[in-house]
Amino acid sequence: MPILKIQNLSLSSGKHEILKNINLEIPRNKVTVLIGPSGCGKTTLLKSLNRLIDLYPELKVSGKILFDGDEDILNTRRDLTQIRQKMGLLSQRPFPLPMSIYKNVTYGLRIQGVRNRKKLAEKVEQHLREVALWDEVKDRLHSPASRLSIGQQQRLCLARGLAVGPQIILADEPTSALDPISSRVIEEQFMKLKENYTIVVVTHSLRQAKMIADYVVFMYYGEIIEQANRDDFFNHPKTERLKIYLESGH
Amino acid sequence: MNWNKIEEQFFKILTGVCTVGIMLVLVTILGVVIYRGLPAISWEMLTKTPEGGFYLGESGGIFNAIMGSIWLALGATLMAFLLSLPLALFMNIHMKRHPKRLTLLRLLLDVLWGIPSIVYGAFGFTLMMFLGLKASLLAGIITVGLLIMPVMTRAFDEVLRNIPTGLLEAAYSLGSTRAEVAFKVFCRQALPGFITAILLAFGRGIGDAASVLFTAGYTDNLPENLSDPTATLPLAIFFQLSSPVPQVQERAFAAAFVLTFIVLVVSVGGRLLIGGFKKFTL
Repeated sequence: MPILKIQNLSLSSGKHEILKNINLEIPRNKVTVLIGPSGCGKTTLLKSLNRLIDLYPELKVSGKILFDGDEDILNTRRDLTQIRQKMGLLSQRPFPLPMSIYKNVTYGLRIQGVRNRKKLAEKVEQHLREVALWDEVKDRLHSPASRLSIGQQQRLCLARGLAVGPQIILADEPTSALDPISSRVIEEQFMKLKENYTIVVVTHSLRQAKMIADYVVFMYYGEIIEQANRDDFFNHPKTERLKIYLESGH
Repeated sequence: MNWNKIEEQFFKILTGVCTVGIMLVLVTILGVVIYRGLPAISWEMLTKTPEGGFYLGESGGIFNAIMGSIWLALGATLMAFLLSLPLALFMNIHMKRHPKRLTLLRLLLDVLWGIPSIVYGAFGFTLMMFLGLKASLLAGIITVGLLIMPVMTRAFDEVLRNIPTGLLEAAYSLGSTRAEVAFKVFCRQALPGFITAILLAFGRGIGDAASVLFTAGYTDNLPENLSDPTATLPLAIFFQLSSPVPQVQERAFAAAFVLTFIVLVVSVGGRLLIGGFKKFTL
């Protein structure tokens, strides 16, 4: 059963339609990649999933997003914090919280009420290891997160999200600000993490999509043009638009 | 030499002259205050309240005004802080949904910022009458608090506005409630800017004479509670400078020196404090 079921999702800002009648199923424990030209609504779609779109009140939303088959995420009476704790977000540029490395990882747990120091310390080590950052920072856990390199910051943000205990990881062009080596590390993490998590990635890099995707969705001006598993998607594109996009990309 | 080079040279000199000119004004002000004030400063001046004939050049000090100003400025800063912080947070978290109202509120605060302090003094006086207060430390605190509130709110507001949206999204994505975003993430990121804003407001509050003229009154005694009238340094400077007696005029400069020194100490202390917090921010 898919973990997320998006039904007839439309989203507009004034007269501008950003998403037009989106229907999509996100498979569990797989990497789903959203590709398409800039401004086609990929990021907005991603942000609808954990209702970050609520921060932008000018947006009008209709449709349903079912989580685990029954709960509609877009139901305004639903507890937002609970939804968001089930989905970690990794943004284009890392935004570490203005505190130490250690406190960045424990932030999510502490707001959930976890106070046990031993447990927090265990979680910090576990999740920093999970993103291959532990060895680089274990001697300076209490120094400011802002002093890390941007690649390290992005991995810290991933660890911070994982510590909350999400089921889904949403990533919005997570490597676009990173150097190739840091990008590779993030991509490798995704490949490992999909055993335990469902991952949705927005990317502009076809190379990245080919490498990490199980399932690929092509969007164009607010619509889903084509979706298929990776091999079919790249080897047998059905629509003319996707063929052009794949030929022009890299 | 071609035209571009001449133009570049011209503006280089122009900007240089302006910079040096402003520095010169600042140095001259400090120079005069120190030159005329320092010789008149004595231990007695700093630790004693005025005695009989003080305003004719006899013994006593301005301890009443020093303590009065410190209490008044601290109280006003605290009051302004208690009003400004929730307001600035409200503007940047909840009111983001209503950009038009937000623009209007910012305009209103800017207008309040621009109102001359004597008008605040007159308003404070009216308010004082209405509340049945007499000229007192409390009335002074309320008036100066209102005077510096717009300064502090707008300075807080600018700090909060410059916090990246991505940080906000990141904090919400971790499952924070609005209050948690406000107090655990926003405030922490904003702390260095907040301290600067508080210092700015404190500096304006302690130095203002017009707003305390009617509201805080003036007395040779130390205020013992909030309903006592209190002396302040700006008024101490004003009264002594208007005296025809030369020694008393010198003491006005000494009082100005003390006032400047307090602001300097507070600013430098604040900067040191900021350095400690700044390393954690983005």
